[in-house]
Parts: sequence; C-alpha cells; structure tokens
Amino acid sequence: MKLLTHNILTSKCLKGVTVGYPLGIVAKEVKVNEVDFNPEFISRMIQKVDWPALCKAAENLGHTDELPQTVVDDYENNEEFLKKAHHFLMEIEVMNGDLICPETGRKFPVTDGIPNMLANEDEV
Amino acid sequence: MMDKIETPDLSHLNSTDYENVYEPAEDSFLMLDALESEIPFIKSLKPTICLEIGSGSGIVLTGLAKCLGSCCAYFSIDINPHAAQVTRKTACKNSVCLEVVNCDLVGPLLPQIQNKVDMLVFNPPYVPTDENEIDPLSPIALSWAGGFRGRTVMDRLFPLIPQIMSPSGVFYLLIVKENDEEDILNVMKSFSWRGSVIIERKAGREFLKVLKFERVKV
Repeated sequence: MKLLTHNILTSKCLKGVTVGYPLGIVAKEVKVNEVDFNPEFISRMIQKVDWPALCKAAENLGHTDELPQTVVDDYENNEEFLKKAHHFLMEIEVMNGDLICPETGRKFPVTDGIPNMLANEDEV
Repeated sequence: MMDKIETPDLSHLNSTDYENVYEPAEDSFLMLDALESEIPFIKSLKPTICLEIGSGSGIVLTGLAKCLGSCCAYFSIDINPHAAQVTRKTACKNSVCLEVVNCDLVGPLLPQIQNKVDMLVFNPPYVPTDENEIDPLSPIALSWAGGFRGRTVMDRLFPLIPQIMSPSGVFYLLIVKENDEEDILNVMKSFSWRGSVIIERKAGREFLKVLKFERVKV
C-alpha cells in the first residue's frame, strides 16, 4: 500500500464514526520501490491529494519534517518538490501492519501490501 | 505508444487460484476489447486516477495500465481477498504498478475519493440469481452472482457514480441482456449521466455488452 492509497482510505463507513480520516499507520514492514518519476503526472495528482494527511502519514512512518507542511506555490515547476511528493506518494509502501481508525481504534490489517478494509455486518 | 492492449501474462495462475478467483472469460476479454477501442479517447482524457471495481484476476486493469503507463494511478478493488492477492501478483508479473484494496465497492474510499475518479471500470457480478446466492462466504459466487435481474450489486454502485467521478470522468460497465440495458440507461439518466453501448458480443448463452457513461454537460 502506497501512501497515495492511504491518502484516500477512511473508516467513515463504520457505525458511529463521523470523520474517520486520516487513518493512523502502524507499520511492521515498509518497502521503498523505485518508480519512474513522471513530473506531469505528479503535478496532476497533487491536486487530488490531501496534503496534510500525506504529511501525517510520512510522520507516522518516522519521516518527520521531510515534507513541507503545505503544497508550495508554483509546484508544477518545482522539481525538488515534485520529486519529494513522488517519493512519498509513489515509492514508499507499507507491506505489513495496521491502519487505525482515529475514532474507534479499529484496526484494518495490511498484508502483503493489501489493506483489508472489509467491515463486519454489525460494524456498518 | 501503441493504442493496443496486450493480453497480460497470467501464467503465474493455476487451477487452484481459479477455485477462489474468477477465471478470465469472454466478459473479461470483451471489456479489454472495449477499452482498447477507447484508448485514443482515454488518452485525450488524461486520467489521473483510474479505478477498477471487482478486478478478479487483475487482467483488465493490468492490461490497461500496461498500455497507458505511468501517466495515471491505478486502483483495484475486490471484495474477495484471494482476488486482491491475485490482482497484485498479476500486476507484478506484468511489471505494472497497481494499488489493491480489499473492500466492498467504494465504501472505505468515501468521501475522500469524491470528484476524483477520472475513469471507472466495472465488470460486475451480472448473472441473474436468487438473492441468497450472493453468499459472502463464497468468494467465487460473489464474482458472478448478481441477484434479481443480475442487478443487485451494480444497483448499489450507480447512485455513487455522480459523487465519485471527476467532472470529465468516464465509466465503463459490462452487462448482459438480462440486466435490462434500457432500465440501466434510465437509472443513470436520472443522475444526469448518459450512456451508450460501445461493443457487444454473443458468447454462448450470454449476450454481453459494454456501456460507456459520461456526465451530461450542462
């Protein structure tokens, strides 16, 4: 699970959860895979990303202060920024661990890079 | 880049995998053919987020990702944990990056995915069955059992389409005749989405079609 995917996952579908975002990450195994850098794609993607949630996810994985707290102005032309965004969104992968609902503490396991977001019938 | 979709290599899968995961069949290949005919359009759309619901073996999204390349992020959803694993393996085998989530439709992606999906592909469980054949304990039944008129699962997704799709988003849906194309078009029309058949094929007893939907521009 890339942090890009973490960025769109919520636990809002659980009964009683009002926001359910962002999910906490307790990582047991993290991998870094090199992915081709496509600045034009990353620029488009940044418009769809919740940046504060990405920063929080990076912090959860121990990368404190490596990402600017906000998206910089004129990011399309800022290669250094785009490369950082690319690295955190596309290259860092949580292989095993848990995603944690911020309100209920319910754990969603990540196994072999796949988050299991299935909820039981009595939870929704 | 060629506007052709190469059929992905599935040689890593065997009959044991197909006990729990839908084995690609005529419907899967029709969806691949439909998407192949759409490649020039899809490229002009410049999708950033492409999502497939019910990826099964992963054949469709892997083929698409291989063709379009790194200009898009590919997300695959399946309710069946075996299918989620197999989709990931298929992506690796064919050297493409797919993100896989094991969940029921788009539940855990809401509301974050709102207005963000540029392209959605759904080859749903379309076979008309009794409702009780949609058995959560049988992963393979979930891949094909569609309940009344084969519509139970797809009908749950339709109302979410206007919410999750980006302004120029496109939605490809595979159906069979029994699903009632006219009625589906009307349901989508009530959400201000228009659709049309882009490809159809008779395969044994099944008359398969792929519908393409877009937002009605006002």
